[in-house]
Amino acid sequence: MRKFIAIGLVYAIVQILIMTNLISGYFQATLVTIGINIILAVSLNLITGFTGQFSLGHAGFMSVGAYVCAIVTMRMPTIPGFILGVALGAVAAAILGFLVGLPTLRLRGDYLAIATLGMSEIIRIIFLNLEVTNGAAGLIGIPQFINWTWLFIFTVGTVLLLSNFVKSAHGRACISIREDEIAAEAMGIDTIRYKVIAFIIGAACAGIAGAIYASYFHYLEPNLFGFLKSVDVLVIVVLGGLGSLSGSMLAAILLALISTYLQSFPEIRMVLYSLILIIIMIFRPQGLMGSREISLSVFSKLGRNKLWDRFKSQKGGQ
Amino acid sequence: MDKLLQQIVNGITLGSIYALIALGYTMVYGIIKLINFAHCDIYMIGAYVGYFCMTYFKLGLVPSLLIAMLVCSLLGVLIERIAYRPLRNAARISVLITAIGVSLFLEYGTMFFVKANVRTYPEVTGMMAQRFNVGEMVISMQQIILVGITILLMALLQFIVKRTRLGKAMRAVSMDRDAAQLMGIDVNSTVSFTFALGSALAGAAGILVGLYYNTINPLMGVVPGLKAFIAAVFGGIGIIPGAMIGGYFIGAVEVMVSGYGGSMFRDAVVFGILILILIIKPSGLLGKNTREKV
Repeated sequence: MRKFIAIGLVYAIVQILIMTNLISGYFQATLVTIGINIILAVSLNLITGFTGQFSLGHAGFMSVGAYVCAIVTMRMPTIPGFILGVALGAVAAAILGFLVGLPTLRLRGDYLAIATLGMSEIIRIIFLNLEVTNGAAGLIGIPQFINWTWLFIFTVGTVLLLSNFVKSAHGRACISIREDEIAAEAMGIDTIRYKVIAFIIGAACAGIAGAIYASYFHYLEPNLFGFLKSVDVLVIVVLGGLGSLSGSMLAAILLALISTYLQSFPEIRMVLYSLILIIIMIFRPQGLMGSREISLSVFSKLGRNKLWDRFKSQKGGQ
Repeated sequence: MDKLLQQIVNGITLGSIYALIALGYTMVYGIIKLINFAHCDIYMIGAYVGYFCMTYFKLGLVPSLLIAMLVCSLLGVLIERIAYRPLRNAARISVLITAIGVSLFLEYGTMFFVKANVRTYPEVTGMMAQRFNVGEMVISMQQIILVGITILLMALLQFIVKRTRLGKAMRAVSMDRDAAQLMGIDVNSTVSFTFALGSALAGAAGILVGLYYNTINPLMGVVPGLKAFIAAVFGGIGIIPGAMIGGYFIGAVEVMVSGYGGSMFRDAVVFGILILILIIKPSGLLGKNTREKV
């Protein structure tokens, strides 16, 4: 219950700030980027962080969702059309995730990473050559439906879906595959099935993120979804901690703010990103949060001064 | 028929470049089981070193080539020392992410210093600019030099790996690191030596590409790097002759596809080959199937 009150509060505060124009249009774009990055990061975290399958093809799934949603909403520029577009985008990305996942998930570690990277490059090249996606010139004038309310619904929906999945029996099966695939198989877990499930859910969420991108920025071109986009998402997941959903959210917010400030120096931004990757991997490979989660009970405990009391009593004890 | 022969000549030229880069990937993978994503950027740095040697210091091809190879091997050793060695016993995924980080750092660090614009190698003159007509085919002197240097370097590499003590140490470490250490082989210096060799070959490839295609830019390594990696996987990663065969194969396929009307899908075909190999025979053309032990 407390969780839903907190979620509602966040929504209301930002909505009021937008309505009173305290959040400018420029910062609204940052908000949308944060929302998209949160969805991408938590869904990649399900694949890479929880199930332990290293994927470098997240931008490919995102691009499928983006293009499907764009094409549908350009034909049907209404709210039901938009919802249909997002849904079809997610389904198309999920089908692709299934098709790609089934054969390639027999591979391990680095081989899987390279195969998924190859897959997303193939998708990008196909979009570059298709008639309906207007090739390298891209699609312009996609109707804009995304506002703060829609963004909030999709972001919170995805995060809740994934956090419930991770806490379920299926989620624990996925985690056991990450910890030790052979042991998991010996315990009777159908590892291929759970890997494919993780891939499908992750791909569908990435498709939703792509649909939001298409609908807010009303411009798409295949080169937006190259290798660098996949690396961007990977940086967020690694920084937040492989296996921590709240870590991914925290890192998505942090990096979106950093890159907003570094907008005019794109080279510095990438140098900084790469240094973050190297330094984290050498000194704190588990990321900011490790596999821990921030929960709301931390705040309520702080409110009741319990932590403070415990801290005092520990000090007294020494 | 003449068109086919011409395409074969072009394919051999391109394949030489891929083979040179693929050798570095395959040696590093063989010895520490790491896909060295930064390898393709060492190739880019090699092209830039060659550019500066030729444009500002007016050096000839051979001194520029030697300087580029030296700088690149130092860089390779440095990268291994700073970024990869602390993670020698970490999870594979951490090392892979570090390698991606190093790759981005080299690309955008270079872009920061030399700016993103394309640079042009000095125009070749005299003997280097000659062209030979064999029937309908045209073979340029640059192509002959490029393929010649590649074959020379490969022969040298084969000699080092098969006939010298360091080569023997490399082979031992790639077979079993712990056992090699117990036999008194200095694993760290052997790994450094492997990086030095691979990076020197990549540097040579960089300067040869600069001469052949004339233009270089900080992101020039990304696509050839991926293709060279695919070449290494095709031949069986960790196997040196495999990387050579794979390089020439991928070069030939690419030239054939773009020569016969599919230039837009050239990259897609190469990635398709990768996925097919990974599904059908992940150990590659010359690789042996290894059974996983619990």
